[in-house]
Amino acid sequence: MSGILAVLEAGQKISLETLAAARDLGAKLQLPVHVVEPDRNYTADDYTDSLAQLIREKSFDLILFPHTYQVRDFAPKLATRFDRALISDVIRLRVEGAKLFATRQLFQGKLNAELEPIGKPIFLSLQAGAYAPAEAQAPTETLPAAGTSRQKPEERYREAQRAVDLSAAPIIVSVGRGIKEKENLSLIEDLAAVLGAEIAASRPICDNGWLPMERQVGSSGQTVTPKLYLAIGLSGAIQHLVGMKGSKTIVAINKDPNAPIFEVADYGICDDLFDVVPALTAAIKAAKS
Amino acid sequence: MKILVAIKQVPARDSQLIASTDGKWVDESSLEYEINEPDAYALEEALQLKESAGGGEVIAVCAGPDRASSTIREALAKGADRAIHIEVEDIANWDTLSVAKLLAAAAKAESPDLVLTGLQSDDVGAGQVGVVLAELLGLPHATIIMEVVIDGATVRVKRELEDGWFQHVSMPLPAVLTIQSGIKKLRYATLMGIKRAKTKEVKSLSPADLGVANTPSYQVVSVMLPQKSKQTVMLHTVAELVDKLKNEVRVI
Ligand SMILES: Cc1cc2nc3c(=O)[nH]c(=O)nc-3n(C[C@H](O)[C@H](O)[C@H](O)COP(=O)(O)OP(=O)(O)OC[C@H]3O[C@@H](n4cnc5c(N)ncnc54)[C@H](O)[C@@H]3O)c2cc1C
Repeated sequence: MSGILAVLEAGQKISLETLAAARDLGAKLQLPVHVVEPDRNYTADDYTDSLAQLIREKSFDLILFPHTYQVRDFAPKLATRFDRALISDVIRLRVEGAKLFATRQLFQGKLNAELEPIGKPIFLSLQAGAYAPAEAQAPTETLPAAGTSRQKPEERYREAQRAVDLSAAPIIVSVGRGIKEKENLSLIEDLAAVLGAEIAASRPICDNGWLPMERQVGSSGQTVTPKLYLAIGLSGAIQHLVGMKGSKTIVAINKDPNAPIFEVADYGICDDLFDVVPALTAAIKAAKS
Repeated sequence: MKILVAIKQVPARDSQLIASTDGKWVDESSLEYEINEPDAYALEEALQLKESAGGGEVIAVCAGPDRASSTIREALAKGADRAIHIEVEDIANWDTLSVAKLLAAAAKAESPDLVLTGLQSDDVGAGQVGVVLAELLGLPHATIIMEVVIDGATVRVKRELEDGWFQHVSMPLPAVLTIQSGIKKLRYATLMGIKRAKTKEVKSLSPADLGVANTPSYQVVSVMLPQKSKQTVMLHTVAELVDKLKNEVRVI
C-alpha cells in the first residue's frame, strides 16, 4: 500500500475539499496522503506526463482530484494511461472495511449511482460540496518536469464588461427550459415586472438565443445571491446550482417532484408553470394594490 | 478535411426515470430517446467546418444498441455523409474507457483530421469520452470548446473556463475537441435531408470486429433517487406562496 495522492489546483476552493477528502480516506484506509499542486501554466499534455511519472514512481493506490474544468481536461487522459476509467464528479465517498464506494449523479442529478472501483489505481474526481474544506493547506510535493506539450495556450481573458449585473439584484426570476418556447417568455417578463425583479436563465435558454448570455446563472455564467430566487421550469443541474444556491430564499416551480432544484429550494410548487406563473403574477398584482 | 463526430443516444430530456429492477441502471422499457444535446452541437460544428472548407467528409460514429439507428439517421439527415454504428446492446454496462476504446478502434481505421464529441452526455455525464479518445489515438485535445478555427495544419480553439473566463489554445491537427452546447445554432433536418439519409452508408461493427472487450474499472452497486438533504416546504396554492413572499421573504 503506498497511499493516496491528492492533485490540487491552485486558487480553487474545491481543492481544500479534495484535501479534506484525502485526509479522511487516509485515516479510514490507513494510507499516507501525498499532495501535489502543480504551479506552472497548465497544458493537458504536460500535466498528464508529469503526473503519470509521479504516480508510477510512487505507485499510488488512489488519486483524488477536485472536479474543476481543468481536471475534466486532463484527468481522464491520465487515468487512461493506467488503463483505468476515472470515476468523475463524485458527490459522496463511503468506506466499508477496506472497500471504497463512490456516489455520483446520473441524468443531471435526477438519480444517483453508487459505484465500487474494481482494481487499482483508482482515479476519482470530487464534485464541489462533497466535503467540508480542510482548514490548512498541506505541504505539497514537487511535480517533475515533463516533455513537450502539443497544446499552445494563450492568456486567459474575460469577455467585455457585462451590461447586466445580476449579482446586485435583490429579486431574480429565473427561467429554464420548462418554458418550452421563446414566445412564452412573456409570462416570465410579466412576473418579473410585478415583482420588480431581474430576469435570469439557465444555460440552454441563453444557448438558444432566447435571452442574452449575460443573463445566464451558473458555473459558466453569473453567481448571484439575491434575497429571492424564483426558479421556474429549471431542473437544478449542478452547474446551475453553483451559481444561485447562495440565494437567501429559493422558490422553485417545477412539475417534476424529483427535480434536483427541490434539493436546494426553501419553498416549492410542484405543478405546471403555465398554470402557476400567470396565477402568481395576478395574485402578486392583487396583493400589491 | 475528414471529420469524425461521436454521437450518443440518450433518454429524452423530460423522461420519468426509475431504477431498473436489478438496481444497476434505469428502467428503459418506456423511455423515448434522442441525440445527446452536446453531441448535436458537435455535429453542427462539424457540418459547418466542412461547409466553410468547401468540401470534405463528416462521419458520425455511434456506439449503442439497435435503437440508436434512429439517432444515426437523424445525423445523416442533417448532413453527415456516412455513419458507423458500433452495435452494443448493453452499452449502459460499458464504462467510459471501454466505450472510448470502441470509438478509438473505429476512428483509427478512418484516420480523420479532426474528431469532435459533445463535452458530456446527459445520461451518465462523465464528460470523458473525448479526452480518453485523444489519449487512445495519441492525439492532442482540448475540452469545452466554444469556437473552432482551422488554419492549415493547426487548429485554434476557444475554451470555456470557470467564472466567465476563456482561453484560446492552438494545437496541430489531427486533434480531438469536446464541444460545449451553444457553439452554433442547431439546424433542423430538411425533408430532402431525411430522404437522402436513407441512401447513405451506415457501416455496422461489433465490439468483436473491433477487437475490444468491456473491461470495467468499476461496478455499479446501486442506482437510486437522491436522498433529500434539505426539507423543501411544498406549497399547494399560489395564495400560500404569495403569503410566504409577503410575510416571510418580505418582497411584496
Ligand atoms: C461545463 C458545463 C457548464 C455549464 N454551465 C452552466 C451554467 O452556467 N448555467 C446553467 O444553467 N447550466 C449550465 N450547464 C448546463 C447544465 O448542466 C444543464 O444542462 C442546464 O442547467 C439545464 O437547464 P434547465 O434546468 O433549464 O433545463 P432542463 O434540465 O431540461 O430542465 C427543465 C425543467 O423544467 C421542468 N418543466 C418542464 N416543463 C414544465 C412545466 N410545464 N411546468 C413546470 N416545470 C416544467 C422539467 O421538469 C425540468 O426539471 C453547464 C453544463 C456544463 C457541462
